[in-house]
Amino acid sequence: MNSEFPNKQNFTKESLKKQFRLSEFLAEKIISSVAFLSIAIIVLIFVFVFKESLPIFNFGTSEKAKTEMEAAPDSGAKPESYGSEPTEELKPETYGSEPVANEELKPETYGSEPVTNEDLKPETYGSEPVTNEDLKPETYGDVKAEPTVAASSDEMKEVVGSNNEGADKTWSTFFTTEWVPVSEHPRFGLIALLIGTLKVTIIAMLIAGPIAILAAIYTSCFASKRAKEIIKPIIEMLAAFPSVVIGFFALMVLATFFQDVFGYESRLNAFIGGVAMALAAIPIIYTISEDALSAIPKTFTEASLALGASKWQTAFFVILPAATPGIFAALLLGVGRVFGETMIALMATGNAALLSANPFESVRTFAATIGSEMAETVFGETHYSVLFFIGSLLFIFSFALNAVAEFYVKGKLIKKFQGK
Amino acid sequence: MKDIKIHVNDLSLYYGEKKALKEISMQIPANKVTALIGPSGCGKSTFLRCINRMNDLIPDVKITGEMLVEGVDIYDKNVDVVNIRKKIGMVFQKSNPFPKSIYENIAYGPKINGIKNKTELDEIVETSLRKAAIWDEIKDRLDDSALGLSGGQQQRLCIARTLAVSPDIILMDEPASALDPISTSKIEELVHELKEQYTIIIVTHNMQQAARTSDYTAFFYLGELIEMGKTNAIFTKPEQKQTEDYITGRFG
Repeated sequence: MNSEFPNKQNFTKESLKKQFRLSEFLAEKIISSVAFLSIAIIVLIFVFVFKESLPIFNFGTSEKAKTEMEAAPDSGAKPESYGSEPTEELKPETYGSEPVANEELKPETYGSEPVTNEDLKPETYGSEPVTNEDLKPETYGDVKAEPTVAASSDEMKEVVGSNNEGADKTWSTFFTTEWVPVSEHPRFGLIALLIGTLKVTIIAMLIAGPIAILAAIYTSCFASKRAKEIIKPIIEMLAAFPSVVIGFFALMVLATFFQDVFGYESRLNAFIGGVAMALAAIPIIYTISEDALSAIPKTFTEASLALGASKWQTAFFVILPAATPGIFAALLLGVGRVFGETMIALMATGNAALLSANPFESVRTFAATIGSEMAETVFGETHYSVLFFIGSLLFIFSFALNAVAEFYVKGKLIKKFQGK
Repeated sequence: MKDIKIHVNDLSLYYGEKKALKEISMQIPANKVTALIGPSGCGKSTFLRCINRMNDLIPDVKITGEMLVEGVDIYDKNVDVVNIRKKIGMVFQKSNPFPKSIYENIAYGPKINGIKNKTELDEIVETSLRKAAIWDEIKDRLDDSALGLSGGQQQRLCIARTLAVSPDIILMDEPASALDPISTSKIEELVHELKEQYTIIIVTHNMQQAARTSDYTAFFYLGELIEMGKTNAIFTKPEQKQTEDYITGRFG
């Protein structure tokens, strides 16, 4: 009887006893711990970034002492190197000294000139020593700032006190429009950077969104199976391009091309950055939208076609609305990619923190600012902290964007297209 | 038989190399219900989908022969498939309302046909839902998602959606196969009422359903049309042995 099913067990209490399966237990624990680990890593990264930016939240006095120390060489050197502007004013005067050499030749031919030359002479000679005296200690101020600045230590304290009142001062500059982190009066105006980032993001999404979604609609609704098999992997391959390659392409090819076409002034600008970032965002948006569109059941397509709708009407009025949540997620990922993109921003946007509405003006993005300045800051300095603060801002922005999208916009979109 | 709506002459269909329909010739009368019966895989659904050219969607399909709807060969090169489908509506086996509101589901067809006027649309929506005998159940929640309806309601909604584009012919591919007996009887009543205005062709696995709802019955077997005639005649004294065997349940 048991020959057919050798494993047959009797239905007893013993055979039904609860069993402990070690391998399954371990596998479950490992998988769940990996999942929690990834969450923990994200939290840890944020905590680290935010911790490094903490000093600017410290409104107390301990900050003051630190900034005093670091600000000393800064405040000593910078104003004086800006003070070197007089050298330019000097130049006409130094050229003016040429007549001095001629003077000995020409007194006889032009009787009246020597007078003017004599008038000149005291001026040229007089001014040169003065400027030299002013200049020398100042240009080498970096090295021996002490003699000039420390000479009046009371004065120095005043300077430091007025420039770096710790966090309060830094905060008040956040909402200005100038990003001048290295200066006597360091100004960390985030507005220009924020606008720059938004400008590039909007331009990139305006380009990438429609192209990627239309391409996705084409491949999922219109293209023959063969065409789809060719197009999809090729567009997805664009995602494998390192951003530095795209940045280089934008820098060398796109920038020149678009400048020839539009004839704007600055070669690298928000528009070029946006175009280059669109190249980076298209494959992401395309892939996810295409999957969302292809996941729409064939029955919808059939129902629509059976009602006498054309392929286009079916694609745009039935399939696209039905895939809205997926396409929305795709766009969000695209925004996230563009928002945090560093290398392309660094290479193609021009990196000038200008505040303007003109898309053909150079901009500087948050990510590019961190990327380009982090290596040049002093560890623990205000500038350093501000860069980390920008890092936290980037994190908070993308988090907020996702949260708002998830809980508010998505629900509304679904309601609008799919009924309550 | 007078008032023939559809003439089919030697229609054959190939999926690649496989011949799925073999020289079908039949006449489908106007304003009657014609039932297509037969075992699974006999080609009755394939034949139904030939009538509004839904098989165009499947690659590698080749069709020979003639399908004359009111004298026009719908497989003629100069015929626009979109216009055919406006005149020949279809209800599918699995109810497939769009993921839109109930109102939008019905209004979709008229909208793509260019009707923009809101009052006109409202009217079409109400008439269609009334014809499909579902108006009273859902008139208060036209803005709700159609996916929240029960299976039977969804299927009647799909029928209403088909009616909204005012077709001449309605094809039904096992419209009640996934429904409970109460919903099924509602659909059958509906079919009975609709035949006043429309020519209806219904595919069914359910012999009783075919007997109850149809005026004419066609029996398909292995891609061939074995027999077609008045439902009464087919079910009481079929001419072919195969038909009799199938109807009495000896195979299939």
